Amino acid sequence: MSVLETSGIDAWGDEKHERMGFFTDTSVCIGCKACEVACKEWNLIPADGQEFLSRSYDNTGELGSETWRHVAFIEQEKPLRADDGSVGLRWLMESDVCKHCTHAACLDVCPTGSLFRTEYGTVVVQQDICNGCGYCVPACPFGVLEKRHMPAPEALPAFLGNKEDGRVWKCTLCYDRLKGGHEPACSHACPTKSIQFGPLDELRERADQRLAKLKHEGWNGAQLYLRDPDDGIGGAGAFFLLLDEPEVYGLPPDPVVTTADLPEMWVNMATAAAVLAVGIVGSFLFGRE
Amino acid sequence: MTQSYYGQPVLKEPTWTWEIPCYFFTGGLSGASSVLSMSAKLFGNEKLSRTALYIGAAADAVSPVLLISDLGRPERFHHMLRVFKVTSPMNVGSWILLVNGGASNTAAVLELLGILKPIKLLAEFVAALFGPPLATYTGVLVADTAIPVWHNARQELPWIFGASAAASAGAAASMFLDPSEAGPARRLAVAGVVAEGALMQTMELRLGEVGEVYRQGAASKFSWAAKALAGGGAALLATRGRRSRGAAALGGAMVCAGELCLRWAVYKAGFQSARDPKYTVKPQRERANREGSKASTLPA
Repeated sequence: MSVLETSGIDAWGDEKHERMGFFTDTSVCIGCKACEVACKEWNLIPADGQEFLSRSYDNTGELGSETWRHVAFIEQEKPLRADDGSVGLRWLMESDVCKHCTHAACLDVCPTGSLFRTEYGTVVVQQDICNGCGYCVPACPFGVLEKRHMPAPEALPAFLGNKEDGRVWKCTLCYDRLKGGHEPACSHACPTKSIQFGPLDELRERADQRLAKLKHEGWNGAQLYLRDPDDGIGGAGAFFLLLDEPEVYGLPPDPVVTTADLPEMWVNMATAAAVLAVGIVGSFLFGRE
Repeated sequence: MTQSYYGQPVLKEPTWTWEIPCYFFTGGLSGASSVLSMSAKLFGNEKLSRTALYIGAAADAVSPVLLISDLGRPERFHHMLRVFKVTSPMNVGSWILLVNGGASNTAAVLELLGILKPIKLLAEFVAALFGPPLATYTGVLVADTAIPVWHNARQELPWIFGASAAASAGAAASMFLDPSEAGPARRLAVAGVVAEGALMQTMELRLGEVGEVYRQGAASKFSWAAKALAGGGAALLATRGRRSRGAAALGGAMVCAGELCLRWAVYKAGFQSARDPKYTVKPQRERANREGSKASTLPA
C-alpha cells in the first residue's frame, strides 16, 4: 500500500488538521431533502432539470455532477423491528454523499493532480486544474464523480466549439465553509441530526453507541457502513448507519480501491511489454522463408 | 436476484467517447511499430524499417489529437504534464506518449529530410524503448477502474493490448511493402492475431459471469467483427499474402480493422459492465458472504 500513502493527510505537515467527516444516521432521516437543497444553494450547483422517476419520493435519482447530496427512498414490506412479528411497510431514507475515502481511487488515478487531499482529510477537485479527462469517473467504486455537461460558466476559446463545462464535480465537504470555521451546508440544514459533522474519531464513537442502542431496541438490519478503517477503501470520511444491506440503497456491499492492485499491475504490464519486444525481434529470427 | 436501488447502476459509465478506443488502436500501432522499425534496422531490412518508422510516426501524430479532443477541457491538455504520478496510469501514459511520439516523429522527419543521422538513430532508439510500454499501458489504464469486466481482467488486458499492437504493426507494414520484404511483418501480424485470440478466450473464461458482457450488445458485435476480420486477414497474409501484393494489402487492412474492433469490444464491454448493477453487487456480495463483509459493521 506504500504508493497509496502518498495521498495522505500527513503530507500537510504543520497545516494538518484533525480529520473531519460525516456520520449519516439513516435511522433518523425523515427524507426532507433539506440537505440536497442546502448543498445546491451553497455550492451554486446549477439546476439540471426536473424528472419524475416514480421511485417513491426520489426524483433526484443518484449522486452526480449536479447532485452532491442525494436522498434515497426505499419502500419495503419488512418489519421495522426484527422481533415484533408485524408485516408492515417500512420506509427507508438515506442521504448519500461522496465517501471521502481514506484510499481514494479518484485521487490516485487523477492524471493532473486536480483531485487532492485537503488538510481536513477530505478529497476535493480543484476546478482550475481539472481538464475533464474523466478517469476518476469509472475509478470511483461508488459512482460519485461525474462530468458536468451544463454550459460552461465562462467563455471558452472559440476554436474549441465546445461550450459545455466539461469538468468533473463532486462534494467538497464544503471545503470553503470548513476554512471559514463553519460546518458543511448539508449537516447544518439537517433538522434531525441524521447528518452529523465532526472529527472522524468522535463520529465513529458516536456511531458505535448508536448501533448498540438500535440493537438493544431490536431494529431490523441496522449496520454501520464504511466505518471500519480495515475495509477495502481504508474506511470512509463519510460513513453511514443503514437499516438494510448497502446494495438496497444502491451502495456497493464490499467496495475496494482498485489502485491497491496497481503495483502488481505495473509489474504485469512491464512483463507484457518485454515479451512484446522479444516477440517482435523474434519475428525476424524464426520462420525465415 | 441481486438487490439494487431500482435497478440503477452503482458505478458511473466512463465519460470517454469514440476517440479513446481509436487511440487504444493508434497507440498500440505506434508503440509496436517503433520496435518493429528498430528491429528491422538491426536485421538489415531497411525498407521495412523505414515503412514501420513512418507508420509509427503517423499513428503517434494522430494519438494526441484524439486524446485532447476527448477532454472536457481540451485547452488544458498540458495539465497532464504538470505532475508525474505513478498511481495514475493515464499520467504515466501521457509521459510515455510524449516521449515515444516526440522521438518517432523526430526520427521520421529527419529520415524524410535525410539529415542529422546520429540524432535520427538516437530518436529511433528512444522510440523503440518507449514503444512496448506505450502499447501495453492502456491495458492497465482501463483495468485500474472499478468497472468489473476491466478490473477483473487486469492480468490479461496488457497482454491482449500488446498482442493486438503487434498484430496491427505487422499488418500495417505488410500493406505498404512488397511481400518479399515483409516476411517478419507478416509473421508478427499472424502471431499477434493468434496470441490475442487465445488471450481473449482465457480472459472471458476466467471472468465467468462478469465476462458475459462480451457476448451481449455492442461488445459482442465488435468482438465477433474483431475475430472475423483479424482471423481472415491473418489467414490471407499467411497464404496468398506471401506472394501477391494485393492480397497482402487486403489482409493487412483486415487485420488492422480487426484490431480496431477488438479495442472497441473491450471499450464497449466496460460500459455494459458499469450499466448493470448486478456485475458490481453480485461478486462483492458473494465475497462478503464468503469472507465476511469488511464494509459493514454489524451490532456486536
